[in-house]
Amino acid sequence: MSTPLVDINNLHVRFHGQRTVHAVNGVNLTLAPGETLGVLGESGSGKSVTLKTLLRLLPENRTQIAGDVRVSGVDVMALSGKALANHRGGVVSMIFQDPMLALDPVYTIGEQISEGVMRHEGASSREAYARALEMLTRVRIPSPERRLKAYPHEMSGGMRQRAMIALALACKPKLLLADEPTTALDATVQIQILLLLRELQRELGMGMIFVTHDIGVAVEVSDRVAVMYAGQVVETGSVRDILRSPQHPYTRGLLAANLHGAQKGQRLQAIPGAPPPLDTAPVTCSFAPRCPVKAAGCDAGPPPNVTLAPGREVRCIHALGEAQGSAAN
Amino acid sequence: MTQDFVQELGQELGEELGMEDAAAAMVASQPLLQVNELTKHFPLGKGLFGRSAGVVRAVDGVSFEVRAGETLGIVGESGCGKSTTARLLVDLIRPDSGQIILDGQQVGPEMSVREMRRRMQMVFQDSYASLNPRLTMEDAIAFGPMVNGAPRQQALALAHDLLFKVGLEPRRFAGRYPHELSGGQRQRVNIARALAFSPKIVILDEAVSALDKSVEAQVLNLLEDLKGELGLTYIFISHDLNVVRHMSDRVMVMYLGQVVEIGPVESLYGNAAHPYTRALLAAMPSMDPDRRTMEAPLAGDPPNPINPPSGCRFHTRCRFAAPVCSAQQPPPQILRDAGHLTACHAHVPGSGHPGLESAA
Ligand SMILES: Nc1ncnc2c1ncn2[C@@H]1O[C@H](COP(=O)(O)OP(=O)(O)OP(=O)(O)O)[C@@H](O)[C@H]1O
Ligand SMILES: Nc1ncnc2c1ncn2[C@@H]1O[C@H](COP(=O)(O)OP(=O)(O)O)[C@@H](O)[C@H]1O
Ligand code: SF4
Ligand code: SF4
Ligand SMILES: [Mg+2]
Ligand SMILES: [Mg+2]
Repeated sequence: MSTPLVDINNLHVRFHGQRTVHAVNGVNLTLAPGETLGVLGESGSGKSVTLKTLLRLLPENRTQIAGDVRVSGVDVMALSGKALANHRGGVVSMIFQDPMLALDPVYTIGEQISEGVMRHEGASSREAYARALEMLTRVRIPSPERRLKAYPHEMSGGMRQRAMIALALACKPKLLLADEPTTALDATVQIQILLLLRELQRELGMGMIFVTHDIGVAVEVSDRVAVMYAGQVVETGSVRDILRSPQHPYTRGLLAANLHGAQKGQRLQAIPGAPPPLDTAPVTCSFAPRCPVKAAGCDAGPPPNVTLAPGREVRCIHALGEAQGSAAN
Repeated sequence: MTQDFVQELGQELGEELGMEDAAAAMVASQPLLQVNELTKHFPLGKGLFGRSAGVVRAVDGVSFEVRAGETLGIVGESGCGKSTTARLLVDLIRPDSGQIILDGQQVGPEMSVREMRRRMQMVFQDSYASLNPRLTMEDAIAFGPMVNGAPRQQALALAHDLLFKVGLEPRRFAGRYPHELSGGQRQRVNIARALAFSPKIVILDEAVSALDKSVEAQVLNLLEDLKGELGLTYIFISHDLNVVRHMSDRVMVMYLGQVVEIGPVESLYGNAAHPYTRALLAAMPSMDPDRRTMEAPLAGDPPNPINPPSGCRFHTRCRFAAPVCSAQQPPPQILRDAGHLTACHAHVPGSGHPGLESAA
């Protein structure tokens, strides 16, 4: 098998400060080149922290990181200096819910995109501006020549989102990290951005990790889905597997609580309770206090991470039986 | 039109039930809330050289009614005037013109704003901003009744009652401050705070939008329970069409400060008449990996309500637009299903529009 584009093994991230936060507790993720992985989970489940680790964006002095993080075989944790600078923006790019996290208010869109192209590719100013224009056209910003000279605040919300995508993709990264980039948008604009990302991802042959809490959004963009809970990946599989035969009780709960197609008058199947505080590292299944099918063995230790098939993993004691069942078949 | 219908109904019932019952039936069918031609334009700051830079037509001639015990959903893209409508209803901002009739009495001339606010309460999206960081939860909930003259002990007892009703154990939560609660718990407190006024109508403006899916489902169930238990009427504003479908009896669709379609929930979702409503519904993400969305139903961002387009405001984005659409504003038209109305020339016989089938 060829080298995976992303290979995260047993990642732990802990923040120290006023409170200790065990944000990521043993995450494993892989992504093949050109593939899109949707990461689904509620707020605080460690989605953003996992993405930021791939770009080494976490505050180093207060953060303790353990585990192996590789992009195209390169050890991300060992990068420094020029190699790290090239990694950020040249190999891996990120887009956010709030485009102002990526865009600088005091420079025009054209200046920001061309600056990156000159820095990463050593292009001349003319070449870099030509690339900026090409990118703005590609993300379908109307009157792109004029928009090159616009400042971020002069654009509407959807247009800023497009400008941020143009900036992120200008140096043709191998990996795009998308952290809820459509969460704040109207559905009518969201679907435009999702289709655009799908198209650019295919054209550029780039891999993408797309974080969202909306199952419908994950379905629109992903090949595979990873479901996160309390800093762990509790289930992975193809988007079809996750939707049609979810195995982990949390995934099942999420799908049942989902309102797509819910009818008036039907009571929603809400998961009771709330996610656990992350002030201590988990010693048993983090979902146990809310789990409707909790078994006697669930309190004995951490649940097993069961591989049902290649790329199909479930972190739950009940998956053991499932795995034996399918092995016997 | 509606008036005639009510009278006819009254007469029919009168023959069947005798006059007194008929009068009662008429009162029951009178809407709890009636809104007529509500309008609010915000002046823009002065442009260069003191020229006025125009007005934002945030809400522009909005009429609708809400019946006792129902949930009216309001949907539409960002900036279409949903929150402004809500804020006008509870007098957080003053309308330029229009009438608000609550329980048969016009707010202003016949009912005081204070009395209206007691009967109509609002819950906002941002539960953190709307709670005072220095008040405990019991004090936050008791505050309203105390301002209205309830003795402190009685107000606190009510607060504990309400905490229990919204699913927060009073002994654990009464003494907590906002930062000691999760988003879902804060939103429960906000609901309790609104209920402390014993309102008839609760306006929920994106009240669950900031919550995680699993918590959102809990709060939606709570809202349904409270509605049944306390006989409430809801105006439910959300940009999430799935949530609105689940919660609403009727749904109103707004575009650039106006109502473009209103109707019973099944009829509106199953048989959307207005091209904008159809586009909104088509923009919802697919839940089927084998049938992903292939084409965006609308291009570009929603336009802003400064100097909105002439005629039908949607004509700049509508793929069915005909010459009449930019020339004339379409009148509200009643469709086959009773109570389903839309404002689109394609549904007006003789308007000069060839209809939605021919243009596609
Ligand atoms: N105080 C104000 N001054 C000027 N313009 C305003 C004011 N309040 C609202 N607007 C404008 O009025 C229009 C309608 O705003 P409103 O908040 O009602 O939209 P909305 O439908 O609630 O949108 P969202 O889905 O984003 O909440 C917008 O263009 C908004 O910018
Ligand atoms: N820089 C930081 N310092 C301290 N705690 C943090 C930091 N970044 C994230 N956290 C905490 O880590 C947990 C996971 O956060 P995050 O990955 O942002 O969640 P999400 O899944 O919503 O993206 C949360 O409890 C969050 O508060
Ligand atoms: S391991 Fe046990 S508690 Fe955890 S999800 Fe599975 S059954 Fe539930
Ligand atoms: S009136 Fe014309 S422009 Fe407006 S929605 Fe109907 S067909 Fe489209
Ligand atoms: Mg996040
Ligand atoms: Mg609003």
